[in-house]
Amino acid sequence: MHQAADLRTTSLATRRAGARLAWIGQGFLLLVALFAIYTLGRNLVNNPVLFAQIVVSGLQLGFVYALIALGYTMVYGIVRLINFAHGDVFMVGAFVSYYAVARFRLHQWPAAVFPGLPAGVVILIGSLTVMALSMIVCTIMAVTIERVAYKPLREAPRIAALITAIGVSFFLEFFGALNFVFSPRFIPYERPFDVVTWYIKDGIHRVTEGQAPPAGSVTFSNILLFIILASILVQAVLQFVVHRTKLGKAMRATAFDKQAARLMGINVDRVISFTFAIGAAFAGLGGVLYAIAYSSIWTQLGILPGLKAFVAAVLGGIGSIPGAFVGALIMGQAEALTMGYISTPMRDAVAFTILILVLLVRPTGIFGEPEREKA
Amino acid sequence: MRALRLLGLLVIVTLVLAACGGGQPAAPAAEAPAAEAPAAEAPAVEEAPAAEAPAAEEAPAAEAPAAEAPATAGELKVAILAPLSGPVPTFGVSTRDGALLAIEEWNAKGGVLGMKVVPIVEDSQCTPDPAVNAANKVIDLDGVKYIIGEVCSKASIPVSEIANAKGVIQISPTSTNPAVTVNSDGTVKEYIFRACFIDPFQGKVGAKFALETLQAKTAFIMLDQANDYVKGLAEFFEQEFTAGGGQIVGKESYTATDTDFSAILAKVADAKPDVVYLPDYYNIVNLVTKQAKEKGITAVFMGGDGWDSSDLDMAAADGGYFTNHYSPEDPRPEVQNFVKAYGEKFKDDQGNPKVPDALATLAYDAANLLLQAIQEAGVDDPAVVKDALANISFNGVSGKITFDANHNPVKSATILAVKDGKVQFNSVVNP
Repeated sequence: MHQAADLRTTSLATRRAGARLAWIGQGFLLLVALFAIYTLGRNLVNNPVLFAQIVVSGLQLGFVYALIALGYTMVYGIVRLINFAHGDVFMVGAFVSYYAVARFRLHQWPAAVFPGLPAGVVILIGSLTVMALSMIVCTIMAVTIERVAYKPLREAPRIAALITAIGVSFFLEFFGALNFVFSPRFIPYERPFDVVTWYIKDGIHRVTEGQAPPAGSVTFSNILLFIILASILVQAVLQFVVHRTKLGKAMRATAFDKQAARLMGINVDRVISFTFAIGAAFAGLGGVLYAIAYSSIWTQLGILPGLKAFVAAVLGGIGSIPGAFVGALIMGQAEALTMGYISTPMRDAVAFTILILVLLVRPTGIFGEPEREKA
Repeated sequence: MRALRLLGLLVIVTLVLAACGGGQPAAPAAEAPAAEAPAAEAPAVEEAPAAEAPAAEEAPAAEAPAAEAPATAGELKVAILAPLSGPVPTFGVSTRDGALLAIEEWNAKGGVLGMKVVPIVEDSQCTPDPAVNAANKVIDLDGVKYIIGEVCSKASIPVSEIANAKGVIQISPTSTNPAVTVNSDGTVKEYIFRACFIDPFQGKVGAKFALETLQAKTAFIMLDQANDYVKGLAEFFEQEFTAGGGQIVGKESYTATDTDFSAILAKVADAKPDVVYLPDYYNIVNLVTKQAKEKGITAVFMGGDGWDSSDLDMAAADGGYFTNHYSPEDPRPEVQNFVKAYGEKFKDDQGNPKVPDALATLAYDAANLLLQAIQEAGVDDPAVVKDALANISFNGVSGKITFDANHNPVKSATILAVKDGKVQFNSVVNP
C-alpha cells in the first residue's frame, strides 16, 4: 500500500517534470528557428547572388527528391508500408541508364536508324528512350519485389513487412555491389547529352567553356530545367490518374478501406501492383536525372536520397501526393542552405532533425489528416 | 518464444547493418581489390602515398635473385622486407625490384667497402605478424644488420620497434606514418629512417608552388574532414600559404560519399579564388572538377599524390596541378639513368621495358641511401652508420635527400600538370 502510493507520487512528479521540460524544449525550438531565420536573412542581405545560387542548387535536389517521395507516399497511402527498397530502385534506375548509354550507346539510336536527323532531335529522342528504358526496368523490378516479398506478408503484422522491405533494400545494395553485377566502385557516369550552363545577369547568357561568368551572376544548367520539367510533368500525370481515371478511383477506394473496396469488386491486388509500378517508374526517372546531374554512381547511391525523400514524404504528410511534392522542395532547400551556410557534413543531420521535429510536433505532416481509426 | 528471440536478433542485426551501410558507405569503394587498380587504392595513401603512382605490372619472379648465400667475411647482408603476397603484391614487387637494382649497381662498381652486397628478400605481406616474423628471422638467423622495408606503415611500425631495440638500421621506402621513425613519447628512433616525404610536406610544397609559380594570392580549400591524409595536406597547405602572404578565402568540408558539390562550388564561384586546393583521391577530384567546369569556375585546381591514377578524369581536371614523389619524365640525369636501367632489367608481360613507379623509385633511393651511408661511415657497424645516415646528403632519383631531426627526408617534390589529356612533368619544388 505504502509502496504503491510512493510509485504514484513518483510518476506524477515525473510527469510534472516532463511538462516543464516540454516547455524548455519548445522554447529552445523557437530560439533555434529564430536564429535560423536571422542567419538566412542576414546572408540574403549580405550576398543575395550567393543566396540565389544556393537556392537554385536546392531546387535541383528538391525536385529529384520529389520524384522519389511520390513513390513512398503512394505506397504508404495504399498498403501502409514504408517501402525502404524504394531508394534502391532509384539506384537501379541510374545504373540501367548508365549501361544503356555507356555500353550500348542507346542514346544514339535515332542517328543510326534515321541518318540525317538533326543532332538536337537525336539527343532528345535518345535521352527520352534511355529514361523510358530505366522506368520500364524499374517498374518490372518493383512489381516483382512486391509479388515476391510483400504480397505474402499482406495479412502479416506491419512490422514484418517493414523488416522485409529493409531486407530487400540490403539485398539490392549488396547484390548490386558484386563484381559481376554493378561492382562496388564509384563509376563515372556518361551523360546522354552535354551540359549547357547559362548565367543570369542583365538577361540570360550562355557560359562559354573555360571562361568565368561575370561577377554577381547566378548560373543554372539545362539539367536543372530538365529535372524541374520532368518532376512537374510527373506530378500532373499523377494528379490526373488519381483524380480523373477509374484506376485512380480504385486506388483511392483501396487506400480508404481495402476490405470494402474488395467487396465493391475492385481487384485490390492489381491496384497495389499498379501503385508499386508507377512509384518505381518515377524513382527510375529520378535515378537517371540524379545520375545525369551529379555524374557519379555506385550501389549505395540510393540510400541517402531515399531516406531524405522519405523524410520529405513524412514532412508533407505521408499518403498525400501534393504533400510529398512540397515536402521534397522544403527538404531540398533545407539541405542546400545547410551546405551553404553551416557545413556540408551537417546536411544529413539537419535532414533527419527535421524528421524528428515533424514526428514530435505534427506527426501527420503539412497536408496530412489525422489518422482514422479503423475497425 | 524462440521465434520471437530470433526476430529480435534479426532486427538488431538489420539495424547494425543499416548503421554500417549509412555511416561508412565509402568502404566498398575503398576496399576494391588491390589487384584491380592498385594505384587507385584509398588506403594505400595512408600507408604508402608513394604507392599511389600507377603501380607496375607483375615482374617475373624468376628475375629476383633471392640469393641467401652463407655469410663470409667479404659480404654485406641487406634484408628487403616487401609485401610480395597479401593485399598489395604489386607494391611489393616494385619495392623489391627497385632495391635489387640499386644493390646490383653497387656490386657492379665493386661493392661497399670492398664487400659484396647480398640481398635477402622476405615476404612481409603488408601485415604486422609476418613482417615481425620476417624481421626476427633475418636479424636472428641471418645476422642481418640493415633492413629495407616495409612498404606499409602498419607493418613498418612493429618492425621498427624490433630493429631499433636490436640496433639494426631500418629504412622504410614508403611508410608515411610519423610513428615509424618516432616513439610514442616523441623521441626519435635512432636506427629508423624513411625515404619518402610525409603527408604534411606535400601540403607545404603545394602552397609554395601556388604562391611562387602560379602567383596565387587567394586560395580556397576543400577537404574531407574524416580523412587524415586529406586533412594533413590541407592543414599544412593553409599554414604555408598564409605564412607566404596568401589569403585563404574559404574552407569547406564534405564527406567521402558526397556527389553534389553545387553549394560548395557556389561559394567558390562567389569567392573567386586563384587556386582551389583539393588534396583528395581521384574519384572526388573527378566529380568536383567536372561540376566546377560546368559552373564556369576557372580557378586552378591543385592536389596531392591522391590524384595520381590512371582513372583521373583528364578532361575535367585539365589545367590542374598536383604534387608527387617523382616523374619518369623528369629530365634530371639521375632520373633518366634510373628509368633506363630499370627498363632494361625489368620487362612487363609483353616484354616491354617497365616504367618504374614511385614505389620502385623510393626503394631504389632507400637502398642507395643505406649503402652510401655505409660507404661514408667506412665501417660495417650500424651504430656508426646511423650517424652517417642522419648527416647524409645524397642525390637520389626522388630528389636531393637529407634527413631532419625526426629522420624524415628533406627533399624536393615533383609537380605534375594535367594537360591535353595526360599527366605531364612540370617542375621540381624544393622545400
